[in-house]
Amino acid sequence: MEARKIELMVGIFISVAIAALVFLAMQVANQSSSTRGETYTLYAKFDNIGGLKVRSPVKVGGVVVGRVASITLDKEFFEPVVELRISKEYSGFPETSTASILTSGLLGEQYVGLEPGFMDDDIFVLENGDTIYHTNSAMVLENLIGQFLFSQGND
Amino acid sequence: MKFFIDIGRNTLNTVRGVGGASIMLFQALVGKPQPRKMFPLLLRQLYVVGVQSMLIILISGLFIGMVLGLQGYTILVDFGAEQALGPMVALSLLRELGPVVTALLFAGRAGSALTAEIGLMRATEQLSSLEMMAVDPLRRVVAPRFWAGLISMPLLAFMFSAIGIYGGFIVGVQWLGVDDGAFWSVMQASVEWRHDVMNGFIKSVVFAIVVTWIALYKGYTAEPTSPGISAATTQTVVYSSLAVLGLDFVLTALMFG
Repeated sequence: MEARKIELMVGIFISVAIAALVFLAMQVANQSSSTRGETYTLYAKFDNIGGLKVRSPVKVGGVVVGRVASITLDKEFFEPVVELRISKEYSGFPETSTASILTSGLLGEQYVGLEPGFMDDDIFVLENGDTIYHTNSAMVLENLIGQFLFSQGND
Repeated sequence: MKFFIDIGRNTLNTVRGVGGASIMLFQALVGKPQPRKMFPLLLRQLYVVGVQSMLIILISGLFIGMVLGLQGYTILVDFGAEQALGPMVALSLLRELGPVVTALLFAGRAGSALTAEIGLMRATEQLSSLEMMAVDPLRRVVAPRFWAGLISMPLLAFMFSAIGIYGGFIVGVQWLGVDDGAFWSVMQASVEWRHDVMNGFIKSVVFAIVVTWIALYKGYTAEPTSPGISAATTQTVVYSSLAVLGLDFVLTALMFG
């Protein structure tokens, strides 16, 4: 009888723990589905990446399609090169696409916004390892204020 | 001259202690596995170490989550960012408070009991009589307790985090009126399974090894007298709390730094 009670209590203990784990998995954590599974890599060169970080999302029209895999500095031109790892599910962006560094909300995190460009006969589709040439850098507040003051001074 | 003698003696004692503890653990765990004999013992220890710690873990987890919800809300509402309450509660529980507070409570609730039990076994010469009967006390007494601690602490840490998040939900959403949907969706957007939940799990496994190991070693080498056992029990709680807090800093710096 004693042994049965212990077995029962240990069984309840393990079940509660598994229930807690399922709760954490289902309700609390995201499985980051956009970066699991097959991915391909694109590169984008920016003048300034602002506050972009590794693992920041890559969004097309607000939908997360991938994540920033790494940020390095080009050895030759000293430009930041951002490696984007994008889900295979979302492929076939034309090479006229534009990558911009945007901010979600006023104080939110920065992300890479990918804007698909026009498609034509002599336009290639971006594939694994390609570089996006049309880019818009991050907005830096100090530069904006500087430009504003400069334009004021011209009057 | 005396100064150097003191340094030397302390160093040698520390090295001897760490070595002895490692040998004890090695002899207890390495050897031919005997699942038939071990399983009932392990079950019994899971009950003593895990099940009996469950209530204190659940209640303190609930209250810590509620306090986090209340404190977080009063600060975040000043910035109009009370939706960020969800990730704040979830991340601080999963990354830090879950593993650490569970380990501290575990050291106080189960670790001290392990030390006192094994110390008393030594004082009443039960360990020697086991040896007389050709039963290895390390395999029979120490090993099941170690495995039980190693298994139950991560599970307790998961329970702590889960019920803590629920406590934060009760205070934040049901009492203070944070939006229900925003609470969970912003939380899901910023908590990642591998980065946050799994790193917290690794932390609690490390703490489980450290706390159980210290408790067993202190009990096994306790002086077989009443003050000796009392001192060993105190040392278990003090040393394992310090080790947990120190290791937590190192692990946090490695994982999230």
